[in-house]
Amino acid sequence: MNLEKVIFGFFIVFAATLNFGFFIGDIDNPVHHEIYELFAAVVVNLIATVLKFGDRTQIGAIHLATSLVADLQLLAAAMVWGYAVHVTGAGLTGSTMSSIVSLSGGALFANIVSVIILIAETIMQRR
Amino acid sequence: MTHTSTIFLVLRRLRTPLLVLITLFAISVLGLTLMPGPPDPNGGQLPRMSFFHAVYFISYTATTIGFGEIPYAFSEQQRLWTVVCIYMSVVGWAYTLGSVFAMLQDKNFLNALAVQRFARQVRRLREHFFLVCGYGEAGHLICQALDELGYRAVVIEKDEVKIGDLELQSYQADVPALCADAGQPDTLIFAGLTSKYCRGVMALTNDDSTNLAVAIAARLLAPALPALCRAEHADTVANMASFGTRHIINPFEKFAEYMALALHSPAAYNLLLWLTGLPGTTVARHREPPKGKWVLCGYGAFGKVMTRALENAGLPVTIIDRAAPLAPDHTWYKGDGTGADALAAAGISDAVGIVAATASDVNNLSTVVTAKQLNPALFTVLRQNHVANRTLFDAFESDFAMVPAEIVAHECLAILTTPLLTPFLDRVRSADDAWAGALLEELTGRFGWDVPCVWSVSINLLQSPAVYRVMMRHEARLSLSALLRAPVTDRPPLACTPLLLLREGDPPRYLPDGELEIRLGDQLLFAGTEEARRDLGMTLFNGHTLQFVLTGRDLPGGLIWEWLAQRREARSRSS
Repeated sequence: MNLEKVIFGFFIVFAATLNFGFFIGDIDNPVHHEIYELFAAVVVNLIATVLKFGDRTQIGAIHLATSLVADLQLLAAAMVWGYAVHVTGAGLTGSTMSSIVSLSGGALFANIVSVIILIAETIMQRR
Repeated sequence: MTHTSTIFLVLRRLRTPLLVLITLFAISVLGLTLMPGPPDPNGGQLPRMSFFHAVYFISYTATTIGFGEIPYAFSEQQRLWTVVCIYMSVVGWAYTLGSVFAMLQDKNFLNALAVQRFARQVRRLREHFFLVCGYGEAGHLICQALDELGYRAVVIEKDEVKIGDLELQSYQADVPALCADAGQPDTLIFAGLTSKYCRGVMALTNDDSTNLAVAIAARLLAPALPALCRAEHADTVANMASFGTRHIINPFEKFAEYMALALHSPAAYNLLLWLTGLPGTTVARHREPPKGKWVLCGYGAFGKVMTRALENAGLPVTIIDRAAPLAPDHTWYKGDGTGADALAAAGISDAVGIVAATASDVNNLSTVVTAKQLNPALFTVLRQNHVANRTLFDAFESDFAMVPAEIVAHECLAILTTPLLTPFLDRVRSADDAWAGALLEELTGRFGWDVPCVWSVSINLLQSPAVYRVMMRHEARLSLSALLRAPVTDRPPLACTPLLLLREGDPPRYLPDGELEIRLGDQLLFAGTEEARRDLGMTLFNGHTLQFVLTGRDLPGGLIWEWLAQRREARSRSS
């Protein structure tokens, strides 16, 4: 057992679960989607990305790529939220909420790929 | 290491600082959104800060910009949390910036960047270049000569000081240089050993084992590439020869060969020096080494080969060395060659020549000066170990000076830039004195004692397309003398002499006759002026110049004039 591997696995799975928690619920209902959960998902995803830096292998490269995709999607979702509430002044309408949730859905897919790679890597190790 | 690996190096080093920064930022923002807002003037309480405002506030506070309390004057709880945030972010940023600057100063990181820059420079070279391993004295001379001849050079050198020296030199072309061990195959590949533009590799370091490593890397990674390797010890030479290194240059052996040649045929020796001199220098005619008793000081690697060379010429040698006799069949005096006692004991008064062959320049000079005082008619052969001591050696005016760097440079340039020169020099070495003497008189009478331009030419589509086309159309038979004319009014003969003609299936023709007919596939070696070289190149390349040189008439240029000329010719033929 290796502490570094534990931390690495923890953050990747945690990023995916937080993302899933935010995503689940009616797509256009703001009550089903908690802003603190989105914030946590963004932060944990960023940390997971930084943890993947510096691995020169092929698998490491794919890992980093999926994380970057998830970051991009989640940050876009957060920006849409901020723009809707503070800039347009219209507040969280159903259409804004659904675009935020669908963006986080894209990020969720990238996070799932990341988790699959993690599992595949673990199975391949055989020790 | 690949080119992108420096970026990964950076990312890996920045992992902890970035994690710290993200965590501190997240904690600050989260805390700020959780703090209760200030009391509303209407009696209620303002809502808590939104994430948008919290990110905005922390961004300008953490980066020390500090716009103030936005969007409203903060509550006491928010102020309390802001104090915590400020100290956290200051520590976080200081740590991150510190790590970044430490990394930018890091030797490994800078080295990785330098390697990348060098590899990129070499990869972008789109012209032929020579790879020079070791920028010592010989490397310096070769780079200068290559630059003067219009070739590019790529340098690998272990010593940082010498790389700095290279950067201060004013070469016409940029010389990519890397501070690394040339013995590493990776380094050689970065330096373009396997590039299709690499024309040759030279291993000139002071260290025989590094040269050996370069030789074997060149043999395995680029077998078709000519590799020139310097070797000072007999076992390195044998080792290099065992895996087929094509050109092994041992400066001591080379000098002994020159010495033997000078003893055997002084004219041939002078001719050799004149042909292989460094471009832009003047060769002085050397005094002939006399036959008689010789004294040699310092029986090291160089002393050994010199003793052999002198004895092969039938001259008795007396050795002075600090060590006890190593070679019992020689006359041997144990002592210091710099002192008059040892020299007198070795019989300097009735000797004709002295060889100062120790590894110390100062001792060599001291020996020769003392010997000259005892016997002013002595012929002196001096070993000069460092080019930097040139002023001292020039002031003394020895008859022969053995400068290893110069010998290596001469050999490399002769082999690499004019491959046809080597067979001609072999002929010079084996020639009798009268033939060499006559040739030397003729050539130096024509071109002077300045080192001539020596170049080779192939009659083929690539190097001489104009001649190739004329021959393929069987328009005219070309004799050598018809071709060697300047493309100006009256077509005077070019200031160059053909030295050698190689034709497949025939024995080599030395000093070919002017009436000889040129055929396709011929290879020619010329010596002459730089101007003659340019003119001949023009003649070989340009059909119009070739026609003018052959007939003395200008061809009509352009479609219309050609058509008119054809009409005129047809009309005159029909009438």
